[in-house]
Amino acid sequence: MDTTNLLEINDLAVSVEGKEILQGINLTIKSGETNVIFGPNGSGKTTLMMAIMGFPRYRVNRGRIFFNGKDITSASVDERARLGIGIAFQRPPVVKGVKTAEMVQACLKARNRSEDVEQLAKKADMTRFLSRDINVGFSGGETKRSELLQLLAQNPQLVLLDEPESGVDLENIALIGSLINELLQKGCPIHQRSRGGLIISHTGHILDYVNAAKGYVLYDGKIISCGSSPLDILDNIKKKGYQECASCPIK
Amino acid sequence: MPDKINSERYQKAKAASEKKAAVGSDIDLSRFESEIVSNPVNIDTKVLTDDDRKRMLSAGMILDDKEQRSGTFIQKDNTPIHHSADQDGIEVMATSEALKKYDWLEEYLWTAVDVDADKYTAHVELSSADGYFIRALPGQKSIHPIQACLYLSKSRLIQDVHNIIIAEEGSELHIITGCAVAKGREPGLHLGVTEFFIKKGAKVTFSMIHSWNPEVDVRPRTGAIIEEEGLFMSNYVVMHPVHSLQSYPVARCVGKGATARFNSILVATPESNIDTGSKVFLDAVGAKTEVISRAITTGGNIIARGYIEGSQPEVKGHLECSGLILSENNGGMIHAIPELKGARAGVDLSHEAAVGKIAEEEVEYLMARGLTHEEATAAIVRGFLNVDITGLPPELDAELKKAIDESQGELF
Repeated sequence: MDTTNLLEINDLAVSVEGKEILQGINLTIKSGETNVIFGPNGSGKTTLMMAIMGFPRYRVNRGRIFFNGKDITSASVDERARLGIGIAFQRPPVVKGVKTAEMVQACLKARNRSEDVEQLAKKADMTRFLSRDINVGFSGGETKRSELLQLLAQNPQLVLLDEPESGVDLENIALIGSLINELLQKGCPIHQRSRGGLIISHTGHILDYVNAAKGYVLYDGKIISCGSSPLDILDNIKKKGYQECASCPIK
Repeated sequence: MPDKINSERYQKAKAASEKKAAVGSDIDLSRFESEIVSNPVNIDTKVLTDDDRKRMLSAGMILDDKEQRSGTFIQKDNTPIHHSADQDGIEVMATSEALKKYDWLEEYLWTAVDVDADKYTAHVELSSADGYFIRALPGQKSIHPIQACLYLSKSRLIQDVHNIIIAEEGSELHIITGCAVAKGREPGLHLGVTEFFIKKGAKVTFSMIHSWNPEVDVRPRTGAIIEEEGLFMSNYVVMHPVHSLQSYPVARCVGKGATARFNSILVATPESNIDTGSKVFLDAVGAKTEVISRAITTGGNIIARGYIEGSQPEVKGHLECSGLILSENNGGMIHAIPELKGARAGVDLSHEAAVGKIAEEEVEYLMARGLTHEEATAAIVRGFLNVDITGLPPELDAELKKAIDESQGELF
């Protein structure tokens, strides 16, 4: 295990309801680095993210997950959140009666922060949603902004983003991109950045806004390709399809 | 008295003295003691014992800072012991005194609730029950809530209560009532008849917090008659143990555009049996109603009823019964029975009912933000009980939310 890695995943196998979805996953993210995962529907992208976050439905059968050098394979979801892993869900559940402001406050409290809720909401253009029940009747863009607002409050060291651009209109995508960049400390020189990110992207549109250091292709539960130029990988996928990426050289 | 005994009403009550209620478990009245009703008194609340005060406070009463109330009424067992009205145009007194003061009041009695509905209403009539009379004169609006407390202190006693609330034309009344029992687990029976008369353009909000004990049986009988453009809103909170509670208040919207709203928050702890609901008759054009209930069991049984009947065009009604079962192995049951009856084209009636456990997906979502499993569950339960009550003065809204929050803390 390399202790300079923010996240290190070794030989991970994960099953959902008895069915093995991921096999032999190896992945590392260094501080200041953002990685992107590409892959077709059903390839296991979300499963990987949920397993990193520690949701009990995603059962680790083999392998280890290290965060900041600490083995978190058996840590609960809330422990991981408090340690500094944050996730933006693709389709978060609606929770009637629980207000957006309460969620933001809970995020702040869990990480011992005392930021102003209103100010944070302003950044994500979510002020008018603070008194609304979380995710109830939110549009695609509103859901994403709400997820990113909660992450801003959590201020996680490792940011997991599941398809942050899906269902977002053009007007919103620039704002989403800038919020992600704030979370990933784009304003800081690379050597000073302490955060890392893992982004699932279907279309690659988010790469217009976010600089990613590495890209992975997940296919049928395995990483079949990995490279230091996510845009080239995306290009290859567009030209040849996902499966053919297995023949792309792993750099 | 002979007049009373010969009256048709008394005879009807007598004939119904063995009549079981339409729903709910039957109570053998001979297990309890009746009390001869004595004349009301009016003591200073300062002379109440510490224990009595404590129990009254738990039911939402404010005894030290009367500035926050426009009036106060307290009945201990079967005797009204305190009444005060601190605002012009608002009347608060014992029903027996109001009947002496106003000849016309007799005409109102037993018109919103049937005297022979069951043996409990009959018992209230036959025992010449006292209770509170609260009235707002035409156009008068209560600045602060009026508080009423019905307090049961003696073991095995039947507390009979007959309350009358009248909001005259264009007036506004906000009432908070707390029902409580003395400390301990003594058995008792509360029979409370409450009749509301909401005149043209008047508004009444009635917020009730029940704090009984696991040995007490409770049979409230409530009726409301709402005239043109009148509004009746009932908020009912029962979160403490009770042996059995059965009530089915009835609101009749008899005037054009009359509105009735019922919000109920029910928690059944182990061995509690709650059978409650609301019945609304939309008998005038444009009448509206909303009946919302949130029920939680931690081991007790809840039957959450709802009935809306629309018999005129352009009436609108919605029923919502949501139930959460928090008891894993403790038993506990929630039975939602929503009913709608449309008797005319042009009625718009709907209902939704859902009973289940907390969605694990929601708990995990909150946990992903750093809340522990217990904190996440508590936040979701708080949210579930957080019924948006519109039309309540902010101070009362805050008081109700506080009461719910405090009681909720005891659930985990």
